[in-house]
Amino acid sequence: MKLAKSYFADQRTDDLKELGQGLPRSDVPGHVTGKTTYFADRTFPGMLYLKMVRSPHHHARIRSVDLSDAEKHPGVHRILTHKDIPHNLYTILILIQVGPEDEHVLAEDKVRWKGEAVVAVLADSERAANEAAAKVKVDYEVLPDVLDIDSALAPGAPIVNEHHGQNYYMYDSGQSRKVRYGDVEKGFAEADHILEQTYYSSPIEQAPMETTGCIVTPDGNDRFTCYTNTQAMFFTLDNTSIILQMPGHKLHMVGGTVGGGFGGKVDVTVEPIAILAAKLTGRPVSFIYGRYEEMQISSPRAAEKIVLKDGVMKDGRIVARQVWGYTDAGAYSRHSPYGAQKGAAHYPGPYTIPNVWVDTWCVYTNRTPSSAMRGFGVTIADFALEVQMDKLARLIGMDPLEFRFINAYRDGDMKAHRQPTTGAALIECMQEASRVANWPIAEKYLEMSSYKEV
Amino acid sequence: MTIRRGRGVAAVNYPTGMNLGGDPSQALVHSTPTGNFMVTLSSVDLGQGLKQVMAQICAETIGVKTEQVIIDTADTDTGPHCMGTFASRGTHRIGNAVIQAAREARQVMLEVAAEALEVDAGDLDTDGDGNIHVKGAPQKSISIFDTALMAHFKLGRSISGRGMFLVPRSYPEVETGAMKPSTCYAHACTVAEVDVDDETGEVTVISMKNVFEIGRALNPKMVEQQLVGGSWMGISHALYETTEPYYPKRDHAGTDFNEYLMPGPGDIAPTEIIVLERPAEDGPYGAKGPGEMCANPQIPALANAIFDAVGVRIDMMPITPERILRALREKQAA
Repeated sequence: MKLAKSYFADQRTDDLKELGQGLPRSDVPGHVTGKTTYFADRTFPGMLYLKMVRSPHHHARIRSVDLSDAEKHPGVHRILTHKDIPHNLYTILILIQVGPEDEHVLAEDKVRWKGEAVVAVLADSERAANEAAAKVKVDYEVLPDVLDIDSALAPGAPIVNEHHGQNYYMYDSGQSRKVRYGDVEKGFAEADHILEQTYYSSPIEQAPMETTGCIVTPDGNDRFTCYTNTQAMFFTLDNTSIILQMPGHKLHMVGGTVGGGFGGKVDVTVEPIAILAAKLTGRPVSFIYGRYEEMQISSPRAAEKIVLKDGVMKDGRIVARQVWGYTDAGAYSRHSPYGAQKGAAHYPGPYTIPNVWVDTWCVYTNRTPSSAMRGFGVTIADFALEVQMDKLARLIGMDPLEFRFINAYRDGDMKAHRQPTTGAALIECMQEASRVANWPIAEKYLEMSSYKEV
Repeated sequence: MTIRRGRGVAAVNYPTGMNLGGDPSQALVHSTPTGNFMVTLSSVDLGQGLKQVMAQICAETIGVKTEQVIIDTADTDTGPHCMGTFASRGTHRIGNAVIQAAREARQVMLEVAAEALEVDAGDLDTDGDGNIHVKGAPQKSISIFDTALMAHFKLGRSISGRGMFLVPRSYPEVETGAMKPSTCYAHACTVAEVDVDDETGEVTVISMKNVFEIGRALNPKMVEQQLVGGSWMGISHALYETTEPYYPKRDHAGTDFNEYLMPGPGDIAPTEIIVLERPAEDGPYGAKGPGEMCANPQIPALANAIFDAVGVRIDMMPITPERILRALREKQAA
């Protein structure tokens, strides 16, 4: 790595003592010698293991659940159903007033994705829990499903989630989060060329080394300590408090070193049910996802569909950009209404375009609920935007890097969401990229600056 | 069969912090009797080194060595509220809270030293090496060790501070989408070079040259580990990863690391990292959050490089050999 100190030198005083130093991390010797303790390194006498019985169907009505054989299985201690959960219907972002509650901790009358939790088996060993889970008999009536964005939005599509009533999230702005700036139709009318293209992605797993999980101990004083690898301690505590209708002071969350998160440990999926299990049994409880669950049950990055329509002039100026962004949330909201909204604020990318029109949708399908991942709401948008930039440059016969200079945002430029640009540095990054990659550009672009001209 | 070379570019920006604000973090700082400092948080270190950077921020602000700062975190019984570790917010949001708490603690520390030295606290400074001295008169000094002892056992003062950082929540305007989504933006430009085998569709990444602007590199070694890792993840996203290879069909879904494709050590390209620093006005010592941004530009840069090499556009992630080959056949047939 090289620090390119010549850029923005007038904005820095290089007088730091402890910062700016590549000091070795204090936790690294523990990591590389295997001495660091992770939550799952703990064991407690009498610990029970929790295993979920999950839906084999994308969409089905539950006719009945028969626990009789499973309950008789040696080592089984208790089996939890939705009737045991004090506030079974929840949604994580209710803490910041983003509703409605739309997801059951344990399924009640329906399952809406393949893998949805139906009942929780608690046994003395993982093996006994797995064997007993296989003996739980659930009678399903399979329902028609929708597995992608287009079929979910088609007229007459089966409704994925009745708590929303339609297969998309209803924002205060309607069926999508909207950004309206300038007049795109006027921009398209002026443009020398118009290019409309559609981009797609499929779900991506956060793939942390350490799978999602927690271990809970009842502390004997009506408090519960939950050793967890959540990325957000109080977010987990407060959501657990709502789901279990248990005052927050009874809950004690202990984290520590997490073996990778990448957004996959922001949902609150394991802690509430494990704490409830510890409360109802009086025993320590371990609930840790296996690799299969981490890959297919834990929320991935959403699949997305992005349509970009641009109007561009022969001289390289983009005069209009229209965006339709669709996030495949799966069966439940989790963090997706927020992610789609974050996308709306991100468009049209780091470029100054006078006419911008953005609609971002959060769409429900009968798939594993998607949620946060590194680059939430932005990563796939950047893929679409920057491939589109390449296509536009080639369309007008211009060098793709020079084309970006013509449109790059600079200090003081108004963004589509009506905030003035401050602290811009795109131009300088591109200048340095041109130098380091030996990608020749015209001198006038090397002389540009992100600073506002006085 | 021909191996064809191509290169592509992409440029991006990325917001720091939970979009639209409303994401608070708090910190508490106190000294031990012998002048070491404890930072109490409830933030989570995901392996990126959050604890280390918080220790350095606290040390810089108080004026002590980093090894004298202990981070106690991720415990809701002891640590004050933190919204969480996500949205590229750790260094920026929690760092600002630590600065505020450390400033308050430093002020008490200087007041105690002022009483010992019989001078005005405003005339004192730290030397960063364990001592407090009168500005312009380094011989008139007291150690932080002795200052802390005096505070604890003689003056009965608590050398401590409270810190809080909150970006007020912004609600998007319904009709126009006017909103204040973020406080500062990190930037990047990446140039990717590839070889594409037009018989198999296989892509070999020849080089990945990344330029990142991140406000301030508070610990350049840790910045490097995060940016290099991010660049590798970008390659992985572009060419390999998905839980549903035939989305929206749900078959062929990977269930472990044998089936879920990611690059192996031999697939990692020579990676160059160049860092620009334009300090953010509201950042802790100017830092922005580059944690997420650094994995994004490689994806479109690779897509554009593949087009440059073989003349087909794959507008669906990931760009697998199968998709490239199908596009090449389609192009041939046309």
